[in-house]
Amino acid sequence: MTELADRRLGPRRESSGRTLPVRIELLRQLRRRRTQITLALFALLPVILWIAFSVGNSSSPGQAGLSLTDLAQTSGPNFVVFALFSSASFLFVVVVALFFGDTVASEASWSSLRYLLAIPVPRVRLLRQKVIVASLLSAVVIGVLPLVALALGTLVYGDGAFASPTGETLPYGAGVLRLALAVVYIALQLTWVAGVATLLSVATDAPLGAVGGAVLVSILSQILDTVDALGSIRQVLPTHYAFAWTDLLTADVDGTDMARGVLAAFVWATAFGATAVWWFRRKDITS
Amino acid sequence: MVIRLLVLPLVVLLGVLLAAPAQAVPAQDDGAGATRTQDLRIAVRDGPARDQPQSLDATLFLPARTPAPAVLLAHGFGADKRSVAGEARSLAARGYVVLAWSARGFGQSTGQIALNNPDYEVADAQQLVDWLAQRPEVTLDGPGDARVGVMGGSYGGALALLLAAYDRRVDVAVPMITWNDLGQALFPNAASPAPVTPVTPAVGANAADGVFKRSWASLFFGIGSRTTAAGQAPDVCGRFLPEICAGYVEAVRTGREPAALAAYLARSSPASVAGRIQAPTLLVQGENDTLFGLDQADANARAIAAGGGTVAVAWFNGGHDGGSPDGRTNARISGWLDHYLLGTTAGGAATTAPPTTFTYALPSGVRSRSAPTQRIVTAPSYPGLVAPGETPDPAPRTELALSGEAQSVVAPAGGVPGSVSSIPGLSGLAAGGSGGGSGDDSDDDDGGSGQGGGGQGGGGGGGASALLGRLATDLPGQAATFRTAPLAERTVVSGSPQVRVSVAATGSTAPGAPAPTSGPVLFGKVYDVTPGQNGSPETRTLLGNAVAPVRLPVLPPGGAATTVTVTLPAVVATVQAGHRLEVALATTDQGFASPADPAVYRVALASPALSVPDVPGSQTGGSTVPLGPIIAIGVLLVGVVVAVVVGRIVAARRRRRDLEPGGDLAVDPELVDVPLVVRGVAKRYRNGFMAVRDVSFRVERGQVLGLLGPNGAGKTTTLRMLMGLLRPTSGELRVFGVRVTPGAPVLGRIGSFVEGPGFLPHLSGRSNLELYWAATGRPLGEARMDEALEIAGLGTAVDRVVRTYSQGMRQRLAIAQAMLGLPDLLVLDEPTNGLDPPQIHAMREVLKDYAASGGRTVLVSSHLLAEVEQTCDHVVVMHRGEVVASGEVAELVAGGQVAVAVGGDAGDRDRAVVVLRDAGFAAESDPEREDVVIAESGSTEGERATVVRTLVEAGIAVVGVGPRRRLEDAFLALIGEDGR
Repeated sequence: MTELADRRLGPRRESSGRTLPVRIELLRQLRRRRTQITLALFALLPVILWIAFSVGNSSSPGQAGLSLTDLAQTSGPNFVVFALFSSASFLFVVVVALFFGDTVASEASWSSLRYLLAIPVPRVRLLRQKVIVASLLSAVVIGVLPLVALALGTLVYGDGAFASPTGETLPYGAGVLRLALAVVYIALQLTWVAGVATLLSVATDAPLGAVGGAVLVSILSQILDTVDALGSIRQVLPTHYAFAWTDLLTADVDGTDMARGVLAAFVWATAFGATAVWWFRRKDITS
Repeated sequence: MVIRLLVLPLVVLLGVLLAAPAQAVPAQDDGAGATRTQDLRIAVRDGPARDQPQSLDATLFLPARTPAPAVLLAHGFGADKRSVAGEARSLAARGYVVLAWSARGFGQSTGQIALNNPDYEVADAQQLVDWLAQRPEVTLDGPGDARVGVMGGSYGGALALLLAAYDRRVDVAVPMITWNDLGQALFPNAASPAPVTPVTPAVGANAADGVFKRSWASLFFGIGSRTTAAGQAPDVCGRFLPEICAGYVEAVRTGREPAALAAYLARSSPASVAGRIQAPTLLVQGENDTLFGLDQADANARAIAAGGGTVAVAWFNGGHDGGSPDGRTNARISGWLDHYLLGTTAGGAATTAPPTTFTYALPSGVRSRSAPTQRIVTAPSYPGLVAPGETPDPAPRTELALSGEAQSVVAPAGGVPGSVSSIPGLSGLAAGGSGGGSGDDSDDDDGGSGQGGGGQGGGGGGGASALLGRLATDLPGQAATFRTAPLAERTVVSGSPQVRVSVAATGSTAPGAPAPTSGPVLFGKVYDVTPGQNGSPETRTLLGNAVAPVRLPVLPPGGAATTVTVTLPAVVATVQAGHRLEVALATTDQGFASPADPAVYRVALASPALSVPDVPGSQTGGSTVPLGPIIAIGVLLVGVVVAVVVGRIVAARRRRRDLEPGGDLAVDPELVDVPLVVRGVAKRYRNGFMAVRDVSFRVERGQVLGLLGPNGAGKTTTLRMLMGLLRPTSGELRVFGVRVTPGAPVLGRIGSFVEGPGFLPHLSGRSNLELYWAATGRPLGEARMDEALEIAGLGTAVDRVVRTYSQGMRQRLAIAQAMLGLPDLLVLDEPTNGLDPPQIHAMREVLKDYAASGGRTVLVSSHLLAEVEQTCDHVVVMHRGEVVASGEVAELVAGGQVAVAVGGDAGDRDRAVVVLRDAGFAAESDPEREDVVIAESGSTEGERATVVRTLVEAGIAVVGVGPRRRLEDAFLALIGEDGR
């Protein structure tokens, strides 16, 4: 072996196995304008909402039904709930689809995928590191919105109790804790989107196709969920329990739907994720 | 394979998810295998003189081990023994002999319905105890004294109480959702003229001359008269005893309780005899019950405690209006029976006496999407119960200030149109389906005048019963309302609130009407008023869906007021902070018989307070998390982890096996020093295109090898296989003796540039190279970054973002990237594309130097012949996926022919041809140039020299000598002209 080592010419040796560290991949992604804009947008969204509330502060009197926007202005936690409500069904899905759908497909579209694989970063490892970084970014974005909303809401609307539309109230501390749990649930529930987006990302060389495809699947699931004729089949739809986190906003929490939602999300995420790994391992890289 | 292993559990998990709602139904306790049943007919004699023979249809459920204590399991009204079979089986599985029978007048039993009369149903049940005492399977406490408990719901619950009162052999009783005073349940009157001090939380007023609860009574009479015995002609009285039938008909006709019926119902009521009960009794009552309300269980508890008996009370969220006991309540029932009958746990240990705590379910008021949420409140005991000789400790009550002017209300003739509160049966239906509709509201709600409109707000949440509570409406002009201020904090109502009002008659009566025979009839109810937010109307929810009817004495003429305390319905409810409570006194209710005479009354608060009971206790179980999905999530996560670990172990093992000599990935010791060996490689793409057929070549250390071929020859495919991007269909590539597989570590010794550059467009050239090197996991010092950047020659542009680069700049940067760390084997695909001539020249020098310094190896592919000729020392020519030639460039270029330019004219040339032919060389004149002779020479220099010498000796002026063709010609010759 020493003889071999002596004959080795360049300092460049066989691959160490510690290729593409998370730090480096994070750096690669964080320097992208897309990532920066997404983060900034989500940090600014509560501010935009607040400005919108302040400008359009003329709800017509005598209007029937509850106005969620008025409820949102009663306290910090209420403001957070409004922000979460307005982003949970679509915005968060888009963000997760963006970060995960972009993982491999964007490298393929830049032709840099083949150079990463030739480093060589083993394929499963490449996917793993990319998924870790996408998860980090998604978690940060999903976390930053309620955090900013809570800070801003508490500043502007005070640290009052959370009041639900049904009239139940939760004190500020308990409300914040519940909101934190709700955010955790939202993040766990979105794992299925991550799974779909990752699968599409390895299946196509077009990042737009992967991101858009994942969003489309989510919309399709939401549409199917509105078809009553499907009955209990709808419970296996990944979006069926997307709003189960609202169960946390009452004094007594019924965790049934949330547990089922997490289970459904994990089952789908595992199915899609495993397929993505299998696909990517055997794929011919022609990009 | 790992994937396939994963798919099956996933499908199973999805199935679990689908089946999840079905699991919500508690699984039947499976002890059926050990349980035996016997269908029997038991002969009894009843009637006042015990002289009427009856045959009762019964089923005996025997546990696995006998003798065992017995349980008499009584059924509800309108059902028969079959309705309790499931419960009987699970009790038998618990170790009891269970006797289920159809009461007289029901099912296959003979006789008529006597409504649990002591001479009939109770006498029958006593004889069933006698019968049990004769059975060898039943444990005896003494001769003729079976150890027996009695349990039942509603109709069966009253039987349990009455049997326990009449028969001292009964060891334990669990009456559920049943009555204390049947007359009071069907003809309730919640008015007490004198102020009363409530001691227990759900105390009822129990005043005489009540208001006929017509809707429920008719429902039950209908059920009883429907169950005509087989073969009998339909009868208006069905299977009821004639005196009951007559009493019912008269009640319907008059709207009042006939004296005979009252006397009869008193005998059917535990009220008169409950004081005798010594058997420990667990009273289970429903909070959602407008037939036998919480006040009935309250009265039973008081009576039993006053008699010195042991009693405990449990309220659950359910009852005749829908809802079964929850799991905790069921567990409490089992524990109660087990202690007083078995005395041991399943393990054989002696049980301790179950606590006589008071438990009740406190609905949170919010329905989460799957089920109403509730907490179980546990108080040390049912408040206010006194054993003989003790002083009562009253249940705590809160006085809430009420306000409201005196209001005039109209009692319409005949009691129609009537207000809506609960509708028997509908509540149960609504609890199953989703309501969704909203009742119309009559008027705008102006609050102050008390003309209650049933305001319907939006807002989700609320259980089905709460939804029905919102359907409850008071008709305008028929209800007097009094309100509290918005509550400062969440308030719990657990029991019957009380309010004291005064009612006066106004002068107006219908013209020509006779003097009224009945005093004013009013219906007291309590609403939870949710404030309307943002201008929307407020929402009023009728607590418990229940009303408390009051019949006052006939009012003195002249407007003098009568003052009464109204005991409002006993409910359990949570009223949120900010809500108000509203007491309404309406003149009509569709569920009750109102007086026929019209009248106008003036209703005012006699005392501006609403007394609200709240039993404090420890609260548990508000939040629930189902176990099934949690376990499934755990299983899934563990499964994924196990799959990953197993996959890694399998992969590591396979890798170790493959690395052994002879294995798939074993290092070929002979090739350890050979940068690249390609053996019989073929690649067929998935679309069937055969890009590479059979390629074999070898690159030795220090070579600059050119891979030459026209577009589509398979060069790039071969290089992609070399990088591990494509898997060869057959054959193998070995780099330094190691077989190339995707991601093989040996690829780290190759620096590659294939089919164009690939950079992150948002980063500068320098950042791209730095991050690329960082991604290799090697120290930055090994990168030789400066040398690489020098080769790229980008100058200051290296710090601009790549998307601003020209094609050539990217190309050079990509080549620099390939050279980072000076790899042993440098693979460049069309490296000079897009470079200008000076750059091409420089690049050639770089490549030559690279290979020359220290024996590194360069593999260059190109379709440009000149390039290969000028850069490479060795060449492999590919065409249509096959290697058509390989060797030294010089050899291929020479090709064995020599071209000689001769001086002079065409004649000299022809002479030269002749001379050469004579000398034994195949020669001909060049068709393109007049002065050139082409001679077939060997490839050695000696033969070439001979050609020249021959010509010179023949006196022909040799102007120039050179290889016959340029590389281009050789190339075309190799691949054939049709290859162009």
